[in-house]
Amino acid sequence: MKEILELLQTDARLTPGQIAVLLDRDEEEVACKIKEMEENKIILGYFTLINWDKVGEEMVSAIIEVKLSPQREVGFDSVAERIYRFPEVGSVRLMSGAYDLAVMINGRTMKEVAHFVSHKLATIENVISTCTHFVLKTYKYHGTILEDNESDRRLVVTP
Amino acid sequence: MTATVNWQDRINPVVRDIPPSGIRRFFDLATEMKGVVSLGVGEPDFVTPWHIREACVYSLEKGYTMYTSNNGLLELREAIARDLAETYRVVYNPGNEILITVGVSEGLDLALRTLLSPGDEVLIPEPSYVSYAPCITLAGGRPVYLKTSVDNGFQVTAEMVEKAVTPATKVLLLCYPNNPTGATISRKNLLEIAEVAIARDLVVISDEIYEKLTYIGEHTCVPSLPGMRDRTILLNGFSKSHAMTGWRVGYAAGNPDFIAAMRKIHQYTMLCAPITAQMAALEALKNGKSQMKKMVEQYSRRRRLVLHAFREMGLPCFEPGGAFYAFPEIRQTGLSSEEFAEQLLKEVKVAVVPGSAFGQQGEGHIRCSYAASIDDLNEAFKRMKLFLKRRMGRGIVLKGSFVKTGPVPEGKLQSL
Ligand SMILES: Cc1ncc(COP(=O)(O)O)c(C=O)c1O
Repeated sequence: MKEILELLQTDARLTPGQIAVLLDRDEEEVACKIKEMEENKIILGYFTLINWDKVGEEMVSAIIEVKLSPQREVGFDSVAERIYRFPEVGSVRLMSGAYDLAVMINGRTMKEVAHFVSHKLATIENVISTCTHFVLKTYKYHGTILEDNESDRRLVVTP
Repeated sequence: MTATVNWQDRINPVVRDIPPSGIRRFFDLATEMKGVVSLGVGEPDFVTPWHIREACVYSLEKGYTMYTSNNGLLELREAIARDLAETYRVVYNPGNEILITVGVSEGLDLALRTLLSPGDEVLIPEPSYVSYAPCITLAGGRPVYLKTSVDNGFQVTAEMVEKAVTPATKVLLLCYPNNPTGATISRKNLLEIAEVAIARDLVVISDEIYEKLTYIGEHTCVPSLPGMRDRTILLNGFSKSHAMTGWRVGYAAGNPDFIAAMRKIHQYTMLCAPITAQMAALEALKNGKSQMKKMVEQYSRRRRLVLHAFREMGLPCFEPGGAFYAFPEIRQTGLSSEEFAEQLLKEVKVAVVPGSAFGQQGEGHIRCSYAASIDDLNEAFKRMKLFLKRRMGRGIVLKGSFVKTGPVPEGKLQSL
């Protein structure tokens, strides 16, 4: 199971047949396992890693540190939900340390992001403060180096 | 006045008469072409793991740029001794039983020069790694071939050794997991061979450079066998296990007499292995296990992919248990291995190494390295299929396939 996940994590396009060959398993068995993991929400989706900079699309991202006052019964969860329901929010994580939530947000312009923070995020009850860091450049994302110039430099035939 | 000088005459005939490597020609051919997908590379497709490279940079920043002792860094020898003791329960004293060399290549040369007197015979399995015979010749010895084939899983047997031994036989050279066949050897076979080696008083040189790349069963370290520790010179290194071919670092382990004699040659001809590479090797041994395991896992998956592809193509292929080579048979195409490799390269731009480059016994085979990305492997197999289709037409009956797995389900992996 773990091996199937590792393979899919690096290439979501692999078919059950291809995975079966790589792991020396039965194709049916692999297909069933994948289906089961989809049903159990172990596999949540398949996506494509895109370098949007190269597309020429205007995009800005920011990481926002959010400080909260926790609520009785639900702790941080309900505030987190109020934040992650916004479609422009890419990820929300509860952190240890000086702040509570790390919120990643994507927008088309800096203004759009600023507007979101000041009008939507900061105004949520229990949000004590926010600190916004704009992303200037992404080097590595999801384990992938975006502009990797480390090509195969081996000679074509060696003993 | 102009007498033409024949400089060839000045060359030591032993050197002059060593035939050019069969790999060289393919290298020249393939290098000139564009768009070649190569399965001809005998080294990992991974770059050395970053933590090792980073440790090397740090060592340079700290000014580690000097000679080391002839033996090599003590800390590295200690780490090697620990690794061997933990993995195979074979114990070496890092003080006088381990020598750091410039790759297994230097270790091999030192061992042969240390052991051989003119005319001494060395038994080597064939097909074999390309350097063995020339290095034996250069050391004044004479290579004698133990002919292995697909029928015995490319394993040397005690019987073969027994048959080949003459009063002039001094050394038995073993290499498992094997280049070019990918074969591993059974413990039982090794135990029987050890008995013969002891009875016939042979020294064994065991090149175990692919030891970590073992996919079926467990590797048996030759000196760990009863009575073999002092009789064996163990050669190993970091080139294959840690993707460090360009660093040029390896080691030899053996009894203090052999190691002292090898060090004598090493100290005058090499002085020491590069300190930078030794520092990197130390980092590899200290912290490199998880990354190495990841690489081995990838080779293992590709191995299955390769076997599946050859089966689909209709090329009988022995199931390799180690290294990163497959050695399929190409006889049924009616071509010699050289013709096959040359036509394959020219027609569909896939580089492989003809089996004959590894000795007569390799004829009828090609060596395909799966130290290549899955994308490259798939592309190469697509092209090879096309090439074979043109060559063999339909309905060819294939015999003697050594692949253990069952028939290929219809339509499975069409896209691969
Ligand atoms: C069987 C065998 N021995 C030795 C070597 C050389 O190893 P090193 O890089 O340690 O000199 C190779 C490299 O291809 C090999 O395949």
